[in-house]
Amino acid sequence: MANTAADPDSTHGAPDGTRRDFMFLATGAGLAVGAGALAWPFVASMAPDAETIAAGAPLEVDLSPIQEGQIVNVFWRGKLIFVRSRSEKEIKEAAAVPLSDLIDPQPDAARVKDGHAKWLVVYGNCTHLGCVPIGHQGQYEGWSCPCHGSLYDTSGRVRRGPAPANLPIPPYLFESETKIRIGEEGGKAVA
Amino acid sequence: MSGHGNTYVPKSALAKWFESRLPLVGLVHSSFVSFPVPRNLNYFWTFGAILIAMLVSQIVTGVWLAMHYDPSAANAFNSVEHIMRDVNYGWLLRYMHANGASMFFVAVYVHIFRNLYYGSYKAPREVLYILGVIIYLLMMATAFLGYTLPWGQMSFWGATVITSILGAIPVVGDTIQSLLWGGYSVGSPTLNRFFSLHYLLPFMITGVVVLHVWALHVTGQNNPAGIPIKSGKDAVAFTPYATIKDVFAAVVFFAFFAYWIFYQPNYLGHADNYVPANPAVTPAHIVPEWYFLPFYAILRAVPDKLGGVILMFSAVLILALAPWLDTSRVRSCNYRPIYRQFFFLFVVVCILLGWLGAKPPEGGYVIAARLCTAYYFLHFLLVMPLVGLFETPKALPGSILETVTGPGKQVGGSGMPVGAAAAPSSKG
Repeated sequence: MANTAADPDSTHGAPDGTRRDFMFLATGAGLAVGAGALAWPFVASMAPDAETIAAGAPLEVDLSPIQEGQIVNVFWRGKLIFVRSRSEKEIKEAAAVPLSDLIDPQPDAARVKDGHAKWLVVYGNCTHLGCVPIGHQGQYEGWSCPCHGSLYDTSGRVRRGPAPANLPIPPYLFESETKIRIGEEGGKAVA
Repeated sequence: MSGHGNTYVPKSALAKWFESRLPLVGLVHSSFVSFPVPRNLNYFWTFGAILIAMLVSQIVTGVWLAMHYDPSAANAFNSVEHIMRDVNYGWLLRYMHANGASMFFVAVYVHIFRNLYYGSYKAPREVLYILGVIIYLLMMATAFLGYTLPWGQMSFWGATVITSILGAIPVVGDTIQSLLWGGYSVGSPTLNRFFSLHYLLPFMITGVVVLHVWALHVTGQNNPAGIPIKSGKDAVAFTPYATIKDVFAAVVFFAFFAYWIFYQPNYLGHADNYVPANPAVTPAHIVPEWYFLPFYAILRAVPDKLGGVILMFSAVLILALAPWLDTSRVRSCNYRPIYRQFFFLFVVVCILLGWLGAKPPEGGYVIAARLCTAYYFLHFLLVMPLVGLFETPKALPGSILETVTGPGKQVGGSGMPVGAAAAPSSKG
């Protein structure tokens, strides 16, 4: 701060600007830190609140009433999840697809739990813009999205765009042969 | 507002006392009474006033609706039905507000295309113009947030689709999405904050409108000839000439508005929005409101998700670059024989994009949408710069007065500050 003659301090013979420079920088730093500290609660308050997080605790699903070929809708954390009981034919079809044919290459075995190939558990919102695809429809008989025409196969993998990715797999584990727990993986709840 | 000479002279002692403490009446007088207006303005220039009337209408009906509306996912849908059935004249307030949004966009599109045709975006009105683009963006955000509030099927799925668009942003997309949702998906916290923001944005629009009008009064209005006011004879006083004309046009526009409210109140909406939001079922056909359709068509024309999102936002933002992309010094298309044809092609392409946005994304529709999207951007990036360089414009008139009275004649009304009643408003 190169001060002029109008600066009353300069008449006292103080070294040019040291006190004012300090005041200026300290005020600026205080303002910046204060503004940041004040902005943080405003932004953080928009994140999911404790009630919403608590309502997102793991969810148990009983598989025993689900018939072969049936797709059951469940909600976990407000998100739609499809639990699909696949037929032998559907499992074979999904496993037989060469990876080079896929938009988002992933083998069927990586999309189900070991020894539970009958059960496909996927999020129920199209990876394009979030519409709900309709089951057992489209050329690949998995799902067909009514909004922009994306097609999924019996493994929930995208086969025709505009969707860029396969239907994601939620975290889940098998508690027993007929019971899964969504929201838990490797023995502990997902954050 | 800006040195056009304050002709206001307070008469009473009270007026003098007040004016010397806050020169508010003088400001209004110089801005809206003695302000010189080009005498050749046509009716396309009344849409600014119509837009202000629509903004006021939306704010008033909105404030009244908020007295009866409940922004929670459990009650929102029912509270809207409560407004429709139980609240005295609730149906009228709601239909005015819902159709008012459409009318607001009708008026803003006329205003924008008028601007593009007469080259109003060019120097020295760039800042005025960019403020207008900002208002348009705020309007789009407000309309989208408002459409979510009835919490019907289209509300819910529109909110899901649009917030999923933001999820396509690399790295920070998921965080932005979660902060917007206040949860793991669109739900009650989302609806609450959307209501809060929907109430806020119109007042931000009002603020930018004040700047927009201020900037307008610094540069003065463009006009159909695209040449500046050179003498008092080129201009008439804002009041009564522009005031009466604006009020007349607004009354005609409100008659058109009333037709929709009283005869076709649901025509511009979607029947699906009278079905309560259901996160397990997507409506067969998700289509945004008509005023977003051209941009929706651009979004869907691109097979890549992120690419589509980038192109859609660019389609709005590219408007702000028009003052620098257009190389022609002539403003009005009336004197630009070649660019004029491209302008009308651009209008047709925008309407076609709107039509395609409502069609299913299959086969020929996708190809047509891609061609139209390509032209939309080429119009700005190629046609605007090149035609300006190669086109030979027609001879510009010597003055605004000449476009009204014919060349060479120097009679025909004395212009500012008295007379000028002869200025026919249909010219241009």
